Amino acid sequence: MQIAGRTGTLVLALGALLVAALPLVADGYYLQLASTALIAAMLALSLQLLVGGTGLVSLGHAAFFGIGAYTVRFLGLAGGPPSILVSLPAAALIAGLAALLVGTLALRTRGFYFLMTTLAFGQMLFYLYHDTPLGGGADGVFLTRPTFSAFGFDYAPRRRDVPAAMLYANLAVLVAMYGGLALLLRTLFGRALLGISANEHRMRALGFDTYGLKLAAFTLAGALAGVAGHMFAMTEAFVNPELLGWHRSAEALLAILLGGLGALHGAILGAFAFVGLGEAAGLLTERKRLVEGLVILIVVIALPRGLIGLKLPSLRPRTRQAPIPVEETAS
Amino acid sequence: MASLAAQLLNGVQYGLLLFLIASGLTLIFGVMGVINLAHGSLFMIGAYVAYIVARESGSLWLALPAAVLGGVALGAALERWLFRRFYDRPHLDQVLLTFALILLFEEGRSILLGNDFHSVPVPPVLDASVPMVGGFAYSAYRLAVLTVCLAVAGAMFWSIERTRLGSAIRAAAEKPEMVDLLGLDARTIHLLVFAVGTALAMLAGALSAPLQSVYPNMGNSFLIISFVVVVVGGVGSIAGAFWGALLIGVVDTLAKAYLPHGAGLAVYLLMAGVLLWRPTGLFARA
Repeated sequence: MQIAGRTGTLVLALGALLVAALPLVADGYYLQLASTALIAAMLALSLQLLVGGTGLVSLGHAAFFGIGAYTVRFLGLAGGPPSILVSLPAAALIAGLAALLVGTLALRTRGFYFLMTTLAFGQMLFYLYHDTPLGGGADGVFLTRPTFSAFGFDYAPRRRDVPAAMLYANLAVLVAMYGGLALLLRTLFGRALLGISANEHRMRALGFDTYGLKLAAFTLAGALAGVAGHMFAMTEAFVNPELLGWHRSAEALLAILLGGLGALHGAILGAFAFVGLGEAAGLLTERKRLVEGLVILIVVIALPRGLIGLKLPSLRPRTRQAPIPVEETAS
Repeated sequence: MASLAAQLLNGVQYGLLLFLIASGLTLIFGVMGVINLAHGSLFMIGAYVAYIVARESGSLWLALPAAVLGGVALGAALERWLFRRFYDRPHLDQVLLTFALILLFEEGRSILLGNDFHSVPVPPVLDASVPMVGGFAYSAYRLAVLTVCLAVAGAMFWSIERTRLGSAIRAAAEKPEMVDLLGLDARTIHLLVFAVGTALAMLAGALSAPLQSVYPNMGNSFLIISFVVVVVGGVGSIAGAFWGALLIGVVDTLAKAYLPHGAGLAVYLLMAGVLLWRPTGLFARA
């Protein structure tokens, strides 16, 4: 898996600037839509660490997203709306713990079994929130947003400024998440994960504790999905059990396949493409799922490498060297 | 006591329906290596076929063969035009292909038939209660479903274990190269397995149509629970699918009857236990 090269980083930075400029031109609806795309990108990015980064295809990833989202509700019930400085780490921690638990079991299996096992554990957590009194009902519940307050400083956006405030918060979290993962993948840990996705046997023969590494990646990906879920709950001020359901997991997988498995930023591209596609399909026709289904079919059949596979002109001067697996970025 | 016996019978009957779905799933994965998320949609299509045929002809008896024949045709078409391209692709691509199929099947159903719930009447002959040993009465239709499922399961065991074709299928599941070396036509085997798997899922849908209403997304819960069956029983094993389905069917039914809050959770906890104990399922070949 690659980290964005010079062109990719430039495109990402331009995209971030565009999103940041949105509140100047767009109304609340489009700000909300942009937040939806940013959150989808966070979830896809966290899954990319597993799928593209470690070679683990999970169909239960949305469970940790939902657990992160519900953490906001539990904190609110326990002592009024928390500060985002409390709720965000708490969501990451609880989702990460859940992922550690699920991963401990699920990583005993591989391939098809891993996929099925994560799917089943995801559904188990879905039913935990759907059937028991824990989640507050199968139809979902409204909640009060965590506050932007820290160290005596308190920012309370006016009602009509909330979409813009959430947009910036989501953008900041996504940028931090991307930057963190890009750095992480350059460390020995990140290289070892890439090694596992390429050839686990060889990594084990080299003396790496592949189970431990995979579990660490699974836990971290779960915690990051929890962060994404937290941002969802904070943006929408609403949670329901569907957040944990496997359809959301499948959509996150779809986003990274659409964007491309070969690169970290493929997840972000794919998530924006998928949210944009859904919106366009919804505007054009009542039959949103028909358009989505056909587009997925075409992508899977015709674009096996995703949008990343479409070649952009490179800013880098051409050299005769063979490409190296992990490109260095501009910085 | 009588209610427990009735619940046990319900569990067995539910488990046998699950077997029809899970056996196709496990064979399709075992032989072709394809993860078919759209298998639940095939179940849904079977139920809708039963609804339409029963509405037009006034009889469920025609609906069952219609679902089976429709399943053979649909399965063969899917294999021939779509799945054949995906045997060598990564699991992720198969997941997305079949996820797209779910969206398309559901939307197609919505366009053709709308989003209403429909009920399918039980055939008049079977619309009765049968007194059972132990002093309770049991639905005749459920007993009939039980019998049909057992007959199908028996026929499957016989054809897989005792016929030449069955041994070719087992060979294809275990060592695909062997099939080529022996000069058997792997493509015919793939087509056949897919067609049979689809027909079984649609038969299960048609059989369960009178037991529950026919409604959008009805395949969803059956799909996930069938995956649990496959994981518990062991991939590619018909015997595993059979015993796994019975176990899951009984546990799920009893949990729904006696543990209202833990109903959805019970089977997944069971699966977690099995995975801890035997990560490749109860009946996986060593």
